[in-house]
Amino acid sequence: MTEFTPLASLIGGAMLGIASVLLMASHGRIAGVSGIAVRMFPPYLDKDTPGRVAFVLGLVAAPLLYAILAGAWAPVNVTSNAFVLITAGLLAGFGAVWGSGCTSGHGICGLSLLSLRSAVAVVTFMVTAIVIVYVGRHLVGG
Amino acid sequence: MPLIAQFLIGLLFGSGLVISGMSNPEKVLNFLDLAAIPSGGWDPSLALVMAGGAVVTFLGYKLILKRERPLFDTQFHLSQVKNIDAPIIVGPAIFGAGWGLAGFCPGPAFTAIGTGSTSAILFVIAMLAGMVAARLLALRQQRIAAPGAAK
Repeated sequence: MTEFTPLASLIGGAMLGIASVLLMASHGRIAGVSGIAVRMFPPYLDKDTPGRVAFVLGLVAAPLLYAILAGAWAPVNVTSNAFVLITAGLLAGFGAVWGSGCTSGHGICGLSLLSLRSAVAVVTFMVTAIVIVYVGRHLVGG
Repeated sequence: MPLIAQFLIGLLFGSGLVISGMSNPEKVLNFLDLAAIPSGGWDPSLALVMAGGAVVTFLGYKLILKRERPLFDTQFHLSQVKNIDAPIIVGPAIFGAGWGLAGFCPGPAFTAIGTGSTSAILFVIAMLAGMVAARLLALRQQRIAAPGAAK
């Protein structure tokens, strides 16, 4: 059970938007985490690898900043076991790159560019994820 | 300077994920669980996160993309691919399955690592392996050729 948090969601969402706009303004890049993450690894086709590592380090550092300012750790409640986590990671990683983006690249940046491809991608991964959650929580068991 | 900017932008993006609660897989799964609507257990937060992010980005991009070039690069890197092909459906279908299984997607998974979550670390290692495999396969098929083709 988690509470609906409309204000925090809108503020956090706006921060994602500002970060995405800043990345376009500074580096001319889409703030798509899967695209950024996979290009930390070879083959290196451009010279932006250090910048991608810096961005990902920023993502990892964020909860530390939050912990310092808020005096508490942000919750990360995981009920999945190791086998599910590894399977989920492989699928999410493969699918994100195969489909040219994930929730950030397609969901925030692509939709903002009114990209039809991104709209198709967002609808597809939303529907699949909703079906998987339904099967996992209500058919197989909680 | 460009590197510090990238780090700070990542920090802002990650902070947005933390503040919106998206770095918590439980909250993400509670959004995806539409069957919980009748019982009042559904958490619509994610929809507002995505809407808030997209509106701000839509408006900001309008301003930024009028400029000739970004601050630290010679050009904007935007996908030139427009057609609806098989990978734009197959990829997100596979991605959605992984997302729905554990409630982690790439951004929040990296952010969750910062809290010391061993679950997040496990997920990210597998995720990176899956990502690299997909990219190598796509490059072999000469699919990801244009810069910015993959977000």
